[in-house]
Amino acid sequence: MLENPAVLGLATIILGVGGCLGYFFLSNVILDKLFFPPRGEDAGKNINRANMVRPWLFLFPALFALTLYLAYPVFETLRLSLTDRDLGGAFVGLENYRKMTAEPKFWEAVRNNMLWLIVVPAASTAFGLLVAQLTDRISWGNLAKSLIFMPMAISFVGASVIFKLIYDTRPVDQNQIGVLNAIWLKFDGGLGSVLWLQVLPTVLLLAFAAIVGYVAWIFVRDIVAKGSDKSVWLLPLRLLLAVGGLWLIWLSLSSVVSIWFEELPFGEPQTWLTIPLWNNFFLMVVLIWIQTGFAMVILSAALRGIPEETVEAAIVDGANPFQIFFKIKVPQIMGTIVVVWTTITLTVLKVFDIVFAMTNGQWETQVLANYMYDKLFRANDWGVGSASAIVIMLLVTPILVWNVYNARKEMR
Amino acid sequence: MTSLSLKDVSKSYGTVEVLRNIDLEIQQGELIVFVGPSGCGKSTLLRMIAGLEHITGGTLEIDDEIVNDVPPAQRGIAMVFQSYALYPHMTVYDNMAFALKLAHKSSDEIDKAVRAAADTLQLTHLLDRLPKALSGGQRQRVAIGRAIVRDPKVFLFDEPLSNLDAALRVATRIEIAQLKESMPESTMIYVTHDQVEAMTLASRIVVLHGGNIEQFGAPLELYERPANTFVAQFIGSPAMNLINAEVTGTGDTTSVRMSDGGHADAPIASLDADKGKTVKLGVRPEDLTVTESDDYLVSAEVEIVEALGETTVLYFKAREGEDGLIAKLPGIHKIAKGTTIRLTAAAEKLHLFDGDGKSFLYR
Ligand SMILES: Nc1ncnc2c1ncn2[C@@H]1O[C@H](COP(=O)(O)OP(=O)(O)O)[C@@H](O)[C@H]1O
Ligand SMILES: [Mg+2]
Repeated sequence: MLENPAVLGLATIILGVGGCLGYFFLSNVILDKLFFPPRGEDAGKNINRANMVRPWLFLFPALFALTLYLAYPVFETLRLSLTDRDLGGAFVGLENYRKMTAEPKFWEAVRNNMLWLIVVPAASTAFGLLVAQLTDRISWGNLAKSLIFMPMAISFVGASVIFKLIYDTRPVDQNQIGVLNAIWLKFDGGLGSVLWLQVLPTVLLLAFAAIVGYVAWIFVRDIVAKGSDKSVWLLPLRLLLAVGGLWLIWLSLSSVVSIWFEELPFGEPQTWLTIPLWNNFFLMVVLIWIQTGFAMVILSAALRGIPEETVEAAIVDGANPFQIFFKIKVPQIMGTIVVVWTTITLTVLKVFDIVFAMTNGQWETQVLANYMYDKLFRANDWGVGSASAIVIMLLVTPILVWNVYNARKEMR
Repeated sequence: MTSLSLKDVSKSYGTVEVLRNIDLEIQQGELIVFVGPSGCGKSTLLRMIAGLEHITGGTLEIDDEIVNDVPPAQRGIAMVFQSYALYPHMTVYDNMAFALKLAHKSSDEIDKAVRAAADTLQLTHLLDRLPKALSGGQRQRVAIGRAIVRDPKVFLFDEPLSNLDAALRVATRIEIAQLKESMPESTMIYVTHDQVEAMTLASRIVVLHGGNIEQFGAPLELYERPANTFVAQFIGSPAMNLINAEVTGTGDTTSVRMSDGGHADAPIASLDADKGKTVKLGVRPEDLTVTESDDYLVSAEVEIVEALGETTVLYFKAREGEDGLIAKLPGIHKIAKGTTIRLTAAAEKLHLFDGDGKSFLYR
C-alpha cells in the first residue's frame, strides 16, 4: 500500500509544501526571535538588520536549487569533457574535443543545427508576423489565432508522431495513409505539376529570399545608421546575421535553379524522411508549426501597441499598405521581433525530441542535442558526450545574452 | 476662389448619426476653426476631409473637384495630429522627408524642402534627433514641419495644442498665427474645443454642436450676433446671461418685461405674432452695469463676489427656471454679499431668442 505511486505522490506533495511553509515560517521566526529580536536598546537597529537578511531567506531555496541543478552540472560537464571513461576518469585535456571534431557525424550535426537555426526562427517569426497582421482586422481573426496557437499545447514528441503519420509511406499497391504521399501521387508531370511543384516553389523561394534580404539589410544598416545602438559586441552578431542572410539568399536562389532541372519520380510513393537534406526540412516543419503560434501571439500584441495615429499619418503621407507594414509597423516592433526570433533560436539550438522521435539522426538528420544523447547514453562515452554538451552551451550563451539584453530594452 | 466645399455631408457609424447636413464653403487662404464641445464631431469632420473616414452622404470638393473617393495622399491635404503621430523610429529629418520619399522626389529636392521647413520652424539643429529626444513643443513643430514639407492646398490641425502646457500653448498659438501669415495662399482648418484659440486664430469659425453646424461666421460676428442660445453661450466667457421675458411691444423695437418688474426696449425687429410670447433676453456679463434708477433690466441678490482688481465678477442667486446671472464690472466695486442690486445694459447690447432658442435677428 505504501508503494502505491498515488500515495507516494501525495506524501511528496505534503512533505514538499509542508517543508516549504515550515522553512519560511521557522527561518523567519529564528531571525526575528533569536538573532535580531526587536527588543532592548538595539530594537530599531535590529529591525533594520533583520529586514536586510530577510530577502536572502526567501531567495535561498531558489538559489540553492539553481546552483545544484544548473551551475554544478555545468562545471561537472566541463570536467567530464576533459576526462576519459576508459582510462578510469583520467584527465586527458582536449582529447575528447579532438575525437569529436574528427567525426563526420559531429560535423553533420553542426551543419544541420545551423540549418535549423536559420530556417526555423526565420520561418516561425515570418509566419507569426504574417498571421498577426492578417488577422488583426477581420472578424474571425481571434478564431484563426486560437487555431494557430493550438499546436503550442502539443508536446514536441506528440507533434512528431502526428507528422510521422503525414510523412508515412506504404507500398505502391496499397492506399497511402500519409497525406504527403497521397498528394504526391496525384501529380503526373502535367501542367498542374509544373504550377504546383515548379512555379509556386519558385515564387515562395524568391519571396523568402526577398524577406531575408530585407531583414539582413535592416541589421547591416544599423551598423552605419545614425542614432542607433552601437554597442561593440553587437557588431559581430550583426555581421554574422548579414553573412547568414547572404548564404540563405544564395541557397534559395540556387534551389530555384535546381527546381527547374530536377527530374521528379512521379507515381512512386516517397519515403520522405530518408531523402537527404530535404528530410531536415520535413523535420523543421514540425517545429515551425509549433513555434508560429508563439511568434504570432507576441507579435500580435506588439502590433496592437503601435499608435494608430502613426499609421494614419503614413496614410496621409501616401504610404501604401506594404509600405505601412514594412516602413512604419515592422520598424516600430523590431525590438519585439528580435526577442521572438532569439527566443525561438534558443529552442531550436536545444532541439532534440523531434529528431529523436522521427529519425533518430539517421539519413543525415543528426543534430547536436541528439548527438550528445547518442554519445552519453548509447555509446556510454561521457567524455565526447560532455564535450558536445559544452559546444551546445557555448552556442546558446551569446544568443541568450542578446535575448535578455533585448527583452530588457523592450521593457524600458 | 473656393478651396474646399462640403455639400450636405453626413456621417453615421452604423445606425448612429454623428454628423448631418454639413454645408460649408471655404475660400482659399482662410483659417477656419471648428469649435464645439467634446464629442460633437469636430475630429470626425476633419478626418472626413482628410480621407481617413468614409463620407456617408453628401459631397466633398477640394479645388472644385469631388474627392469623396480620392485617397488621402492625393487630396492635397496635410494633417497635424493631436498626439503629433511622429514616426518614433525615424529622425526628425526622415519624419519630414517620408512623404516626399514616397512620392519619389529627387534627394536634392527633398533636402531643400526639409531644410527650408526646418529653418522656418527653428528645427535645423534637431534634424538628427529621434522624436523621443524632443520636448513636447519641439515635437509639435516637427509635426507641423512634416505638413509644410508636402506643400498642401489645405492644412488640417486636430487640437494641436491640447498636449502642451499652458504657457507653451499661448506661445505655439502665436507661432501658428505667424505661420499662417507667412503662407497667405494656404487654407487651414483647425479643430479645437477652446474658444480663445478659436477667437484669436480664425478668419471664420464653425460652431459645431450635436452633429450640426450651429453658426458659421467671423469671430466677432459670432460674438455680436449669435444665431442661437448655444452659440451665444459657447462664445464668450463667462457665458451670456439668458433671462426669461415676456414680449410686451413689437415692431422695429421690441419691448420685453421680466417677472421681477425689470423691462427693456431692444432695437431688434419682431412680428406682431410675438406679442405675449415668452422669450429669452440675452445679455453678456461684461455689458451689465449697476443702476439705482427704476429703469432697470433685472434685480438680483449677490451670492459671490470675485474681486480681481481689473474686474469684479458678481454671481447672483439663481431664480426659478434660469441659471444664476453673472455680471462682470470693470474696476473695483465694493458690493457686499447678500445685497440685492439692480442691473441694466445698453439697448444695442441686448439679444432676443425665441422659444426654440433661435435669435430674432436670423428669422
Ligand atoms: N469609430 C467610431 N464608432 C462609433 N462612434 C464613433 C467613432 N468615432 C467617433 N464616434 C462618435 O462620434 C462622435 C464624435 O466624435 P469626435 O469627432 O471624435 O468628437 P470631437 O468633437 O470631440 O473630436 C462621438 O460621439 C463619438 O463617440
Ligand atoms: Mg477630437
